[in-house]
Amino acid sequence: MSVFSIGMNVNADRIEQQNVVSVALNVNGEKMERQIEPRLLLSDFLRDDLGLTGTHVGCEHGVCGACTILVNGESVRSCLMLAVQADGCEIKTVESLSSKDGSLNTIQQAFANNHALQCGFCTPGFLMSIESYMKNNSKQPSDEEIKECISGNLCRCTGYSNIISAIKEAYSSKNSQ
Amino acid sequence: MKPPKFSYHRPGNYAEALDLLDQYGEDAKIMSGGQSLIPILNMRLSTPKHIIDLSRIDDLKGIRQEGNMIVIGGMTRHVEVENSDLIKKKCPLLFEAIRWVGHTQIRNRGTVGGSIAHADPSAELPCVLTALRGEIVIVSKEEEITVSPEEFFLSFLLTSLEPDQLIKEVRFPIIHESCGYAFEEVARRHGDFALVEAAAVIDVDETGRISEALIALGGANAVPFIPEEVERFLIGKKPDETILKEAAVMQLDDLDPEGDIHGSGEYRRHLSGILLEKALCRAADRAMEGVEI
Ligand SMILES: Cc1cc2nc3c(=O)[nH]c(=O)nc-3n(C[C@H](O)[C@H](O)[C@H](O)COP(=O)(O)OP(=O)(O)OC[C@H]3O[C@@H](n4cnc5c(N)ncnc54)[C@H](O)[C@@H]3O)c2cc1C
Ligand code: FES
Ligand code: FES
Repeated sequence: MSVFSIGMNVNADRIEQQNVVSVALNVNGEKMERQIEPRLLLSDFLRDDLGLTGTHVGCEHGVCGACTILVNGESVRSCLMLAVQADGCEIKTVESLSSKDGSLNTIQQAFANNHALQCGFCTPGFLMSIESYMKNNSKQPSDEEIKECISGNLCRCTGYSNIISAIKEAYSSKNSQ
Repeated sequence: MKPPKFSYHRPGNYAEALDLLDQYGEDAKIMSGGQSLIPILNMRLSTPKHIIDLSRIDDLKGIRQEGNMIVIGGMTRHVEVENSDLIKKKCPLLFEAIRWVGHTQIRNRGTVGGSIAHADPSAELPCVLTALRGEIVIVSKEEEITVSPEEFFLSFLLTSLEPDQLIKEVRFPIIHESCGYAFEEVARRHGDFALVEAAAVIDVDETGRISEALIALGGANAVPFIPEEVERFLIGKKPDETILKEAAVMQLDDLDPEGDIHGSGEYRRHLSGILLEKALCRAADRAMEGVEI
């Protein structure tokens, strides 16, 4: 049973006894409701409770960007959100990008073509940042704009050049479709 | 890293939030965007018993004009400031500065009230608010008060906020259309906190002499610093390069920046002079655009 409901001044004593709250949210198109501890980070909820381990955690304090996901279409750090804050939200993780048959989407394919990943640890975060950028900006971005788009994601392997090439290719293949 | 245990409260309106603050006070922490608070909780630098999440209080959101002020609700996100036509037109200094706040992913959740309350000495919003001589509206169950940035920012991450108070809104004075403005900063990587930053507003009269100068430096002292001598010195002068260069370094001795891995104190002081000169030059150029001499 949930001791928590939206907009209600919840009974603190009961919360202290049970300290669980309920969240209802939509993850990659699937509606769900779960009972969780309020201190559970959204990144841990996705990985440990839902088994969506595509969302990586690097630093857990907002610096590396590996945990980037979309909340209501906007890119955010899932390590800087409590799962309970996602109540009522629509979440998209890296698992949502490819088709059911496993075929890659435009940006994933461009990453593969351009050797834009080595160890791949940072890749889910990059893909989600770029996914949200491409949804909001249909025009081919300049090099400066691309650098700004990926400035919130760290990669320790590629040196970024191939990631920049992949973004350019994703734009050209999208625009030629 | 896991945050410590806490009870979570998500008041649906303002009055409830104030009741909760009144009830839990010292044991509670307000959460707005969580972009500074959650790292603190993750690293267990703070272990509040209660978290009061303001995200469902619609009264705390939004940007509006009230007389000669732009009023931004505490729970308004950075991204909304960045995309606001009203801010672009009426508060161009803030518009220029907001893009320097973290990355897109941070601005999608971080809030104006949170930035001001967190009071990081290098944060952009406190610096801009200080330069413009803005106001912070604070409420508790007992009262609503309006304070100046100088009264509010006490030291590094320390403000005058009491445990039962919250920031309702932040008020940025609208500068006259004829004013020039500029925001300059240097950070080690784009999106990092600034090493130092400078905000400047300059207006000139019909003879091309400076009639108003508003300046603040961030990151150089524990709180945003207004170089008042520089502001006074500039009044009545023609904004040529020599004067602006002289002005920019006049008060460097009043700065006492801390050194760290990203740059020594001495370097930050030097950088303050450079950035202030750049900001003054760019603001003066913009102010002179409309003036025929
Ligand atoms: C990687 C990274 C880079 C960043 N870079 C920058 C940068 O370059 N420049 C910059 O300015 N910031 C930067 N930030 C911080 C970011 O801007 C934060 O959003 C901001 O400082 C705090 O806003 P918030 O809404 O997230 O506040 P929260 O994290 O929710 O709260 C911060 C503090 O303020 C208190 N508080 C919040 N709202 C209120 C209120 N309405 N009334 C009273 N107290 C309140 C909280 O109790 C807490 O103590 C960065 C953060 C990260 C993770
Ligand atoms: S794990 Fe979230 S930003 Fe690094
Ligand atoms: S591919 Fe290894 S960190 Fe980016």
